[in-house]
Parts: sequence; C-alpha cells; structure tokens
Amino acid sequence: MEPKIGVYICHCGSNIAGIVDVAKVAEYARSLPNVAVARDYKYMCSDPGQNLIKEDIKTLGLNRVVVASCSPRMHEPTFRRACQDAGLNQYLFEMANIREHCSWVHVDHEKATEKAKALVSAAVRRVYYQEPLESKEVAVNPCTLVIGGGVAGIQAALEIANSGHKVYLLEKEASIGGHMAMFDKTFPTLDCAACILTPKMTSVGQNGNIELLAYSELVEISGYIGNFKAKIKKKSRYIDAVKCTGCGRCSELCPTSLPNEFDCGLGKRKAIYIPSPYAVPNKAVIDGKNCRHLKGLAQGKDICRLCQTGIEKKGLPGCEAGAIDFEQKDETVEIEIGNIIVATGFQQFEPTKIYQFGYGRYDNVFTGLEFERLTNASGPTDGKVVLKDGSSPRSVAILHCIGSRDTNYHKYCSRVCCMYSLKFAHLLREKLPEAKVYQLYIDMRCAGSGYEEFYERLQEEGVNFVRGKAAEITNIAEKPEETGKLIVMVEDTLVRRKRRLPVDMVIMSCALEPRADTEQMARILSLSRKADGFFLEKHPKLDPVATTTDGIYIVGCCQSPKDIPDTVAQASAAAARVLAIISKGTVEIEAAIASIDEEHCAGCKICIDMCPYKAISFDEEKKVSRINEALCKGCGTCVAACPSGAIKGRHFTTEEIMAEIEGVLA
Amino acid sequence: MSFEPKIVGILCNWCSYTGADLAGTSRKKYAPNVRVVRVMCSGRVDPTFVLKAFAQGADGVLICGCHPGDCHYQDGNKKTARRLPLLKKMLAQFGIEDERVRLEWVSASEGDRFAGIVNEMTEQVRKLGPFNGNGGSDNG
Repeated sequence: MEPKIGVYICHCGSNIAGIVDVAKVAEYARSLPNVAVARDYKYMCSDPGQNLIKEDIKTLGLNRVVVASCSPRMHEPTFRRACQDAGLNQYLFEMANIREHCSWVHVDHEKATEKAKALVSAAVRRVYYQEPLESKEVAVNPCTLVIGGGVAGIQAALEIANSGHKVYLLEKEASIGGHMAMFDKTFPTLDCAACILTPKMTSVGQNGNIELLAYSELVEISGYIGNFKAKIKKKSRYIDAVKCTGCGRCSELCPTSLPNEFDCGLGKRKAIYIPSPYAVPNKAVIDGKNCRHLKGLAQGKDICRLCQTGIEKKGLPGCEAGAIDFEQKDETVEIEIGNIIVATGFQQFEPTKIYQFGYGRYDNVFTGLEFERLTNASGPTDGKVVLKDGSSPRSVAILHCIGSRDTNYHKYCSRVCCMYSLKFAHLLREKLPEAKVYQLYIDMRCAGSGYEEFYERLQEEGVNFVRGKAAEITNIAEKPEETGKLIVMVEDTLVRRKRRLPVDMVIMSCALEPRADTEQMARILSLSRKADGFFLEKHPKLDPVATTTDGIYIVGCCQSPKDIPDTVAQASAAAARVLAIISKGTVEIEAAIASIDEEHCAGCKICIDMCPYKAISFDEEKKVSRINEALCKGCGTCVAACPSGAIKGRHFTTEEIMAEIEGVLA
Repeated sequence: MSFEPKIVGILCNWCSYTGADLAGTSRKKYAPNVRVVRVMCSGRVDPTFVLKAFAQGADGVLICGCHPGDCHYQDGNKKTARRLPLLKKMLAQFGIEDERVRLEWVSASEGDRFAGIVNEMTEQVRKLGPFNGNGGSDNG
C-alpha cells in the first residue's frame, strides 16, 4: 500500500513556535511526497493533540505518522501509543526533534526554521520506508539483585522481600551496614545511627526472602530486563558460615593485631574477626593476607592455628563449633534475576591529597568519618572524644568543603557536609562543654526538613561560625598561645581579615566522591556516568532512579551525594519500580533488532566476532549466520560490518538511514 | 551572504544524542549547521553513510559516539573508531579533506562539549568552503 503520511508540527507553547515558524514548516511538509496532511498545533502531546493524530488516521486513512516536536527520548512512547490506539503499528511513527536540537539551541528565526524543515523532511523520507514490527513479550524473572548492603540497598531489599519476592543482596564487605553503620548520630534529629539501622540489618538477616551474599563481588552481568544472569564471586571467609555462632572466641585467641577498618584504622582488630559489634551476618572472617597460618601455608609451613586449637596450657579451647576451614576456596555462583538495583554508595574524599591541611602529618587532624568513630560509643575510645595522646581537646575546628566545591578536586557540593558538621559541633558541645568549637564554612547549606532549625539551634549552643574556607593548617607557632597547637589559617570574609585559630583538634568535613570501583561497575553493568563520576540516571528530574539500561536502577550516593532520608526515599522508589515490573509479569522486548537474510549471507562469519552479546551463531549445515532474537539488542554493529549487506537492522535499515540523510540535506 | 556549511551529524542514541538533548535543555546556543541523524550505536555507522552524505551535498560529516569504555553496547564505538582510518584513506582519494569528517566522543552529560564541537566544526568547514562533489573544494 502506498504510504500516506500525516505530519504534525508542535508549537510546544512558545518553546518551538517562539523561534521556528511552525506554519511555514507545516506548509513545507505539505509539499513533500506522500504527505496527505500536515498540521501545526499548540501542544501535540496533550490529549487534543493526540486525538488530532488518531482522528486523521481513522478519517484520512493515514498509514505513516511524523510528529515534529521534542526529543524522541521524551515523547516517542506517547505518540507511538497514540498511533497504536488508532490501529497503526507503532513502528510506522517517526519523530523530528525540533525543540532540543533546534528551537532551544538556535537564535536566528530563519535559520532555525530552515533546519526544522530539513529535520521534518528527513523524518518524512525515513518514515516512508519504515515497516510494521511486532514487539515480543517475555516473562519476567521475579527475583531481584540488589548490589550494595548500605542503608540504600537494605531499604530496597526489604521493600521487595516484604512483598513476597526473592532478593539477592550482594555486599562486598563481610557485613552489611555500609557507611551508616559507622555513624554515631544522624542529623538533625540526633537519632543514634545504629539504633535505627541495626533493626533493619537484623531484618535482612532474618527475612526468608533475602539471600544475603556477603563478602561477595559482582563479576559479570548478561541478559536484559526481566532475564538477567549475574556471575558472583563469593570470597572465601575461611569460615563455615553455617557452623559459626559468632561467639568471637577465635578473635580473642588470634595473636595478630591489625588496624580495624570499621574504626577507620583508629582501633585494632585481629586477623580473624567479626567486622563490627552489629555485623550481619554475625560470622567471623579470616583476613587471608594477614593470618599467620595462611601466610605460613603459602610457604609450606603449618603454624599458629590458635583460633582452631585454642591454648591448652591456659585452658582456653579453640573454636568449639569447628567452623574454621583453612581449606575454603573462593566460589563463583550464577544467579538469574529480572531486575537489578545498584546501591554501591560512595567513598570519602582522601584529604592527604591536600598537603597544606596536614592530614596524615599532624596527629590531631581527623576526617569526618574518623570523628564519627571517635565519638561513637562502640568506637575505639568508647565514645570519648580524645586527642592522640589521650587528653581531651579544649578547642576544635571543623573545616567544611574539603575536596568539594573546589575546582582542584570536586566542583560539586556534597550536600551533607554542612549538616554533619553541625552535628559534630553539637556532639562536641554536649561532650566537652568547656571546649571552643569553630565552624569554618563557605556557605551554610541547610536545606531539608528541620535542617535550618538545627542550624539555628547550634548558633544558640555557642558554636563559633567563621565564614571562610580554611587555607592551611600549621604547627609553627607565632605567638605563645599558639605553642603546641594546630593553627588554622583562614580569611574571615565577614570581618574581612586573616585569622589564625589555634586549636587542639581539626575535623575535616570531606567530600563524598564516587567509589574507586565505579568505572569497573559501570562497565560490568553498562551504565553511563556523569561528568562528576557518579552513575547517570535516565532523566535528572522525571526518572531519577532508572538508568538508560532497562531493568537496572540506581539508588543512594552512587547516583549523587545525598542524605539518609533522600537515600531511603530513592531506594523505596526503585523497589516500587521493580515491583511494578514483577507484578505485570511480562516485559516488551525491543523489536528493532537485526535479522539475517539467508539468501545473501556468504557465511564469512565477520558478524559473529562483531556482536558484543554473542547473539550470532553459525549454522554449520546451511553455512549461514543466525541471530538469537532474545540476545540481540539492536546496536547494528553487525549490520554495518556485513560485507554482503545480508543483515538488516530493523527500524534502522540502511534504506531508512540513507533516506534520512537525503532528507536532512534536502 | 557567507557560506553556510551543511553538516550531517550521526549520533548514537545513548550518549551523544542525549548529550545533544542536554545542550537543548540547558539552552546552549550553537550553530544551526549540523543536522542530526540518530542511530542506536555509533557502531551502526556504515562508511557508505558518509559517502552518501557527501554525494547528497553535505559539506561535512560529524559522527559522535560514547566515550571509549562507556558504550551502551560495550564497544561499538571502538569498532567505528577502527573503521574510520580506512574510510578516511578512501575519502582522501576522492579528494575529500580530512577535516570534513570528524569522529568525536560525547557523553550524555556533555551538552557543552557537543555545542562546542558543532561550533568548531562549522567554522572549520566554513573555512574549507563548500564541497563540490568533484573532488576538492569549490574555492580551492
């Protein structure tokens, strides 16, 4: 049947019509071959706009539709649906982007109108060759993989598990909990972090629908929405997790003492240890690199084993559960899931990079995370805020924006540092009422429920706010009162003078930055990243939890720095999205994939190596290549590579693209 | 009137097209000379597309894909990058100047970069003059 094309030019209010002469474009469209009708309308995406298309399809017998409006990434699904509602196959629709690619970026009315005409001509010529395609529906695997066991991952996992669906919760450390488990109090309510998080951690451990894969890493992802496969490496704990009761006797027996990561290295742990007092799973783990027995084994010696055997002379038995297994090896498991939630979190900016602040050189310069442990009752000092020599500080400076809002490091604002700095100041005033507390800030950013009120409260609590970014920390005294102190040099921009603040302790409120393994994760999951390194969401406003890969969602600080309430909200949102897909039960698979014309296939096999998804195999009997439709994602790389032109990239055929090129140049 | 080059932009859907969309939503102003054709992946760019564009009167062709390592389809962009040198060799034999074909990596967050590339290339091609289709520039 000869194509009969309807063309619709959207004004988008004044967004398009303010620059592009839409009436002229419509008039031009009418002159193009096979165009039966061309109209311009205020808002094509509105109900009346869509009805215009539907009516024309029915009354004029249109069999092709072109809408020139915004980006297809915005409204292609809307118009495809409208066509389908009127009985027209959705692949017989094409869009011309005259807003994002034209009216919003050009100032010259005439040139913008010319360009809009070219884009419309391209779409009209292209749609001429478009063919109806049928989308396939495939069943959705109701299991979900959540990557990262911090508060974001925990929240998402619980939401989904509580609805009765299976969740695999993957955590690379030996215990879940993430950064939140290390915090002391949470702003602005001053809830104890452990008190609100540990019940959730315990629920994860007890929930029958959650399979916790702790101390495990993601190796590979394959498949597509509804039907992913994940390869996961379970690192050896050297402990039989079923037998281990978490009693901790092994740690008492172990002679090797090491810095405790959970306390940011401020406290000690043993080579066999339980990661934290509220670890889930509450099972021991052996640090394979530092265990004396395992190090000995590598050299062919059988030494130590105190955790296993105990010390007989002292009447101390070893592990009575018989849980220690030095023979245990890493294990790779494969799981099948329908959706993936990425909740990999952040890492704290490493302040040694800023030499002039002296972190690592001066004893009493701490990071924010270190201070969290120092003031935490389960921390290395049982919650006493003390200097390295054990004495109490009489003055403390809290430095904002270390590594953030700094063109040398990260341009962005980390959003939480002002608030956690205020929290630190409050804890210091409470624990050390005699101590002077300074806040050195650029701007106070306290946007959030109850946040500004918390700032006001701190002003009343007698904290000294100095507006200025610290420039340097030195221990070289210029005045007698500076002797033995850390001197923070700062320009106080409110009184317009340089100041030297002698203090005993400095806390650096460090930026939240993308984890070092973000790039690797992005590669495994085929996710994009923003300029700042965090994962890119599908749409910054309207789709902040989805990604450009269907079935993969991002939540929490791996998307951008954010506080706990926002993280939890985002995690619940992603869980809701996943549950929506599970409850529907099926997903539509892209019909725009490649197909091979057996008549023309020369059997050269070039396409097989080109395919990134191993979707092409070779039929030895017929000597032709074959495409597995479920695996093909329609990238078209094989189409471009086929020397005999035997592969057709559906909806992006060579004919269609060539016609479009002709059109933009018409 | 000064010469207004016609440049065909072939953009991958995931990074570069989205990057160009971002230039739009952030209202970055740039030259109206590049007209965009969308493909799912820069790996779909068949060298004949470039030849077709010149045959149809284009003065330049701009191909944009995801940054290496960021390809939505793992490494389609690398395949295009590998095809390009051979294509350029052939174009040189047709007398088509090297600067008339550009391959650039533009991520979804680089609206600014896309606008910059378009402006830069427009000026570059404007200097070269129109492509007359018979080898070399009209004004050369």
